[in-house]
Amino acid sequence: MKELTYVRATDAAEAVAAVTADPDARFLAGGTNLVDHLKLGVATPGSLVDVSGLPLTEVESLPDGGVRIGANVRNSDLAVHPLLRHGFGAVSRALLAGASGQIRNQATTGGNLLQRTRCVYFQDSSTPCNKREPGSGCSAIGGYGRYDAILGTSEACVATHPSDLAVALAALDATVVVLGPDGERRVPMGELHRLPGHHPERDTTLAHGELITHVELAGSPVARRSTYVKARDRASYAFALVSVAAGLELDGEGPDAVVTDVRLAWGGVAHKPWRATAAEDVLRGRPLDAAAVREAVDAETRHATTTDQNAYKPAMLRGVTTSALTTLAGRDLA
Amino acid sequence: MTATPIRPRSMGTHLTRLDGHEKVTGVAAYAVEHALDLPERPLHAWLVTSTIARGTVERVDASDALAHPGVVQVLDHTSARRLAKPDDAELAVLQDDAIGFRGQIVAVVLAETSEAAREGARLVRVHQTPAAAPAEVVLDDGEAYAPEVANAGHEPDTTDGDVDAALAGAAVVVDATYTTPHEFNSPMEPHAVTAVWDGEHLSMWDSTQSVHGVASVIGRALGLERGKTRVRAPYVGGGFGSKGLPHAPEMAAALAAFAADGRPVQLAVTRQQMFSLTGYRTQTVSRFRLGAEPDGRLLALSHDALSQTSRYKEFVEQTATSARTMYAADARATTHRVVPLDVAVPAWMRAPGEMPGMFAQEVAMDELAVACGVDPIQLRLRNEPDVDPDTGNLFNNRRLLECLERGAARFGWAERDPEPGVRLDGDWRVGTGVASASYPALFMPGNTTRIQALGEGRYAVSIGAVDIGTGARTVLTQIAADALGVEPGRIELSLGDTELPKATVAGGSAGTSSWGTSIVLAAQQLRADHGDDPDAGVETTATSEGYPDMENLALHSFGAVFAETRVHRWTGEVRVPRMLGVYSVGRVINPTTARSQFLGGLVMGLSGALFEEGYRDPRFGHVVTQDLATYHVASHADVGDLQVEWLDEEDTAATPMGSRGIGEIGIVGTAAAIANATFHATGTRVRDLPLTADHFLT
Repeated sequence: MKELTYVRATDAAEAVAAVTADPDARFLAGGTNLVDHLKLGVATPGSLVDVSGLPLTEVESLPDGGVRIGANVRNSDLAVHPLLRHGFGAVSRALLAGASGQIRNQATTGGNLLQRTRCVYFQDSSTPCNKREPGSGCSAIGGYGRYDAILGTSEACVATHPSDLAVALAALDATVVVLGPDGERRVPMGELHRLPGHHPERDTTLAHGELITHVELAGSPVARRSTYVKARDRASYAFALVSVAAGLELDGEGPDAVVTDVRLAWGGVAHKPWRATAAEDVLRGRPLDAAAVREAVDAETRHATTTDQNAYKPAMLRGVTTSALTTLAGRDLA
Repeated sequence: MTATPIRPRSMGTHLTRLDGHEKVTGVAAYAVEHALDLPERPLHAWLVTSTIARGTVERVDASDALAHPGVVQVLDHTSARRLAKPDDAELAVLQDDAIGFRGQIVAVVLAETSEAAREGARLVRVHQTPAAAPAEVVLDDGEAYAPEVANAGHEPDTTDGDVDAALAGAAVVVDATYTTPHEFNSPMEPHAVTAVWDGEHLSMWDSTQSVHGVASVIGRALGLERGKTRVRAPYVGGGFGSKGLPHAPEMAAALAAFAADGRPVQLAVTRQQMFSLTGYRTQTVSRFRLGAEPDGRLLALSHDALSQTSRYKEFVEQTATSARTMYAADARATTHRVVPLDVAVPAWMRAPGEMPGMFAQEVAMDELAVACGVDPIQLRLRNEPDVDPDTGNLFNNRRLLECLERGAARFGWAERDPEPGVRLDGDWRVGTGVASASYPALFMPGNTTRIQALGEGRYAVSIGAVDIGTGARTVLTQIAADALGVEPGRIELSLGDTELPKATVAGGSAGTSSWGTSIVLAAQQLRADHGDDPDAGVETTATSEGYPDMENLALHSFGAVFAETRVHRWTGEVRVPRMLGVYSVGRVINPTTARSQFLGGLVMGLSGALFEEGYRDPRFGHVVTQDLATYHVASHADVGDLQVEWLDEEDTAATPMGSRGIGEIGIVGTAAAIANATFHATGTRVRDLPLTADHFLT
């Protein structure tokens, strides 16, 4: 790997200043993704500013029933935290569905959101990839496409975002707190990640040097009644083929209960966690049954672009979404 | 003299794995962990590989690499030592400018640290010119031909009777095509070598299944005199066939050692490079045709197998050989065809031939059972041959039906409703399936053992075999103990070094059979020559060239695999909560290590059934799912309740120990049992591995 300088930050503002001043610098947290990239030549920073020692390790409850999560809280710790397990089931389950036990012990909350696609071409520096090397072309188009995106793709990139946590946070309208050279700003989760367009090299809307310090979640009935369902190629340590984070609020009991609020976000389908607002709109205000779920998913996937290799994804989205809402409704929807 | 059967005393008992403590405490030194044994600090080698599939290397520009701190030297085809005999194209590393596949070694960087070597490799600029003709890298690109011979010396084609006529007259016909993808051995320890050239001798610590094989092949190619190449492999972290023969990285390490001129060189292949440089199981396409009476009795059986090989070196997976011997049928035909491509050469992977071939055959048999309305076990019972259909020889010990029946009883097969797609448990569609397993009992001649009496009933037993993690060290100690009539603690066994007598490869499920027979022969020779209480220092060396009855009997192991699968009604994901394998393998020498072998085979079979798939990009020519995050093998969470058992038997026609090999049969039939169970669960027949979730979406 390329030689680099390594600095262990003791203060968030200093870390931000250090990275901001050096275009060739990168933050290092858990390292579960970046260290691989250093070895593979996918990332070649000149210096690393290690933020894993910053005291951003608390999970605090907020007055409104919400929760404020330090960016350095490890995925394993966050997944089993009582505040998350009771108030934000989708978040806890999404974390446990991700990676392996060893990786979750190492990976941080902030780093999880900033991990990069596992597109095989992005990780293989012998092949063109617009995300790794802007302008070189997209090898995934016309190549190995089983994991490719079906929504919001561009001619430049069909990669998917790999995070499970991000999908749950997108469904529950989390806020990402970011420290930059000019101070703190708050980024709605839906605006953190971006679609590829002509610039797939940019995964997020963060500027160079901006550091995620916290993630905040507001308490709500849909958050309390939420879950995460992930379909994957093996039972553990595999990225999502597709996944769904779902939250549900019903008025009434049984088959006649009306959906007063619903949240749906999908993973494995786009360059960012895909909030399925069209699907939510179909479901809101009507009783929940299998036909409604199908209609909702189809409304969202109407403009999906698929190939032979990922043509299964719309049907699998119907599956995971039905499965999640069945669980949340507590009855068989079929 | 030939060996005669020995009385079991230690054999059949749970002797604890002799090297278990060294392994679990990290003391066992693997191929690049011998720094303390080296004359000086080693250089680290890193491979630079081609990024086109067919063409030439114009120039290797190492200027930036050499300017990087720590980089010492960059070898390419203009500077590497010339081979004396470059006739094996896979091993003709850096001998000319030709590029035969993407991922081929085109330069080797030597540096003071592995980090510097890796960065040096990144900085090497290889100027390549693609060939005028486009590279052909997938089956559709090329033309199939009929090879002269398939792997392990098998005839490519066989015909017995008129298959087409028999099919035309059959009441029930199954005619379907089954495919298996490129599969990669993926042992835990990558291919790795430490090599030193002292001006006269080449010494290697290698992660190999055959130290003598590596020494003779590498030494011969380099033109070294016999005895000038020493290879050691005290511990090996798995091979599954991929370390059975030397591959290009071993030659690269040897060439680097020459270039380093006395300084040791360490080379560990990266996981990604293993997908191009260390062998794999080719994809297979099998057309399987069965013609039967209404009750399922077979009239005709044919297996036409297609696979790929590389243009620069031939390897023909013997996919259709199991169809020659498994079931009775008057008309039978088998063929092998291969397409030569500009790709890395396939090689051995656990049960080459049987694994993909029996997948096709045992799913076809399940389809026939469904078509005839006959229970799958009953169907196999009705097609039991009297003699081996392939050779006409009597089977010495064919107990397939007992395996099936015993497994059926234990698995609860009798209560099975054959109707597919009708059982739902929560969100899971549930089914069960069965398949037969078979693997030939192979024996390799030419194994030599030296036994030296150490006095007081102690013996040093030496043979250049390799324990690749199977437990060979433990099992051979038990065999030696019983052959000499002493306790295992009285045996000092030495393995894994070409300074020890010649031994054949740990492969073909033939290691223990072949080495063990040699040990028995040497022990019996020692007793014949020197009596029961030889003086310390007395020694005998013996070479086993054969064993009675090998020529006149059909010697095979058999098994039955049962699987329960659950297929998620919403996502199509497949789980295998339980599997059972029942085997007839002759005497089991060590129940602990044998159980591990069977379990490992079942897990690897499950992994092939559900997950493993190497995707070769048709534009680039290399496999792009080239790490263990994108090439999925079974994780712990995928493995449910696995049970294995074996029939209590001995087969002294096969070996004087009464044993047959067990390394491969566990992977055979397993994918078929799972595929058949998914059909039973869902009513959807999937004929292509792996059985991924998208096949089962409703």
